[in-house]
Amino acid sequence: MNNRIKTWLVDKYLAWIFLALLLSVWEWVVAQQWVASYLLPSPTQIFHTTVELWPEIQAATLSTAHSIAWGLGLSIVSGVALALLFFAIPLARRAILPFCIFFQTVPIISIAPLLVIWFGFGQPTVQASAFIVSLFPILANTLTGLQETDPHLKELFRLYRPSPWQLIFKLQIPSAIPYILTGIKISAGLAVIGAIVGEFIAGGGLGSLIDAARTQQRVDLVFSGVVMSSVLALLLVFIIEVVSRVLLRGRPYLRKS
Amino acid sequence: MSAIDVNQLGKRFSAGARAVIEDLSFQVSPDETLCLLGPSGCGKTTLLRLLMGLEQPTSGSIRIAPELAQHMSYVFQEPRLVPWRTCLENVLLPLQLLGRKNPAANTRAHDLLHQLGLDERLHHFPGELSGGMQMRVALARALVTEPRIVLLDEPFAALDERTRFRMQDLLLELKSRLQLQYVFVTHSIAEAVYLGDRILLLDRTGSARDWRAIDFQERDQLLKLTPAFNAVVQVYSQLFSDMERAEALHVPRATEVRA
Repeated sequence: MNNRIKTWLVDKYLAWIFLALLLSVWEWVVAQQWVASYLLPSPTQIFHTTVELWPEIQAATLSTAHSIAWGLGLSIVSGVALALLFFAIPLARRAILPFCIFFQTVPIISIAPLLVIWFGFGQPTVQASAFIVSLFPILANTLTGLQETDPHLKELFRLYRPSPWQLIFKLQIPSAIPYILTGIKISAGLAVIGAIVGEFIAGGGLGSLIDAARTQQRVDLVFSGVVMSSVLALLLVFIIEVVSRVLLRGRPYLRKS
Repeated sequence: MSAIDVNQLGKRFSAGARAVIEDLSFQVSPDETLCLLGPSGCGKTTLLRLLMGLEQPTSGSIRIAPELAQHMSYVFQEPRLVPWRTCLENVLLPLQLLGRKNPAANTRAHDLLHQLGLDERLHHFPGELSGGMQMRVALARALVTEPRIVLLDEPFAALDERTRFRMQDLLLELKSRLQLQYVFVTHSIAEAVYLGDRILLLDRTGSARDWRAIDFQERDQLLKLTPAFNAVVQVYSQLFSDMERAEALHVPRATEVRA
């Protein structure tokens, strides 16, 4: 019995216990004044700042969330659509995909100024930035998923002479669902990065809050911004998980045949 | 006129490779069930796939009577069910793809699943079914289009003996009730004798010997205990081992070609 409780505790709460330990050590180190609190504020100080400036932080978080939702949403729609196009028309894939890969290698921070020139300061640039960084993983994963349809199932379908549409909608897209979901989860994290980077340059949201706090030497506020952006990313992954479960309605798309 | 007419058929998977099937000719008359028997690697599956049109012959020809060619069905060696579709949806898949989904077809799918003892499992996913159940779903899927001829590739090989016997009897029952013709691949001599009106014995050199099986009046599992049945099995076992002995004396073809 004792052992079972121990295993359960270890499985469920080990990460939380470690986090608590880390925060306590951090708090203690700052309290001992081994590190100046203007360089490394204590966790409680960060918490107090967050509570105190909550209206500003909340507004910034919502603004960033809004940009991420647009950028990531657009990525999902166009990434899946492009993958389908590339899959259906191999000529298009060979002509365009290399440029997508090239585009992916250009750091977003170097394109961001260009986006400001095109879209101006504010949300459109931030949305574009989130979109650009999050497009490729969805595109690449979806394409892989479509191409990796089980050849045995393809042969089964062939027995009944399906139309190309039947093949795509009844076999290839369902087979690609696990890949699409993985792509979306990777992209969700990247979209947060893209949005924050966009906001550093174009203003608004958590990016600009962090940047402003930096110039004012408010390290505690910088930490608040950082914590909120990772909360956003975690929340996003959680939402994707829930939405995908609802959409899949318990169908075992994720299990290989 | 024969139902299936195979003429000097040959199949190699690439130029210069060993012939899987070589100069094979045989005819199957209407209402005759055929069992393809032979050791593993002798080209039974390849022959069945050629008959279905899943592979193209390298030489020779296959002619299937036009009235049958439009109503062929195939059962793979493994159930090959679509994992995200329920039992019933898997059975309905051919009808959807062929654009023949209607209330009558739907009733037929339910009937078939009922006959195969899968009433309770209609809305279960393949991952939730045992191997035997999955195979029965695959059989229902092959029959839902009301085929005139079904090609079955060792469909019961992975099943336990009791289920295998039940499936064999079910196939015989469907044959008499639906006037269903089938070509059945197996490596079990007893199964071939039990299910086939005729047996085609294939060997690894790509050729075949064709023998007419004894026409048993009544086929049920008790038949397997009769001296007559066992005598036929004996004959085939003897032929089987003669064939393997002859092969052993022969220089293996694969080495011949590779050298």
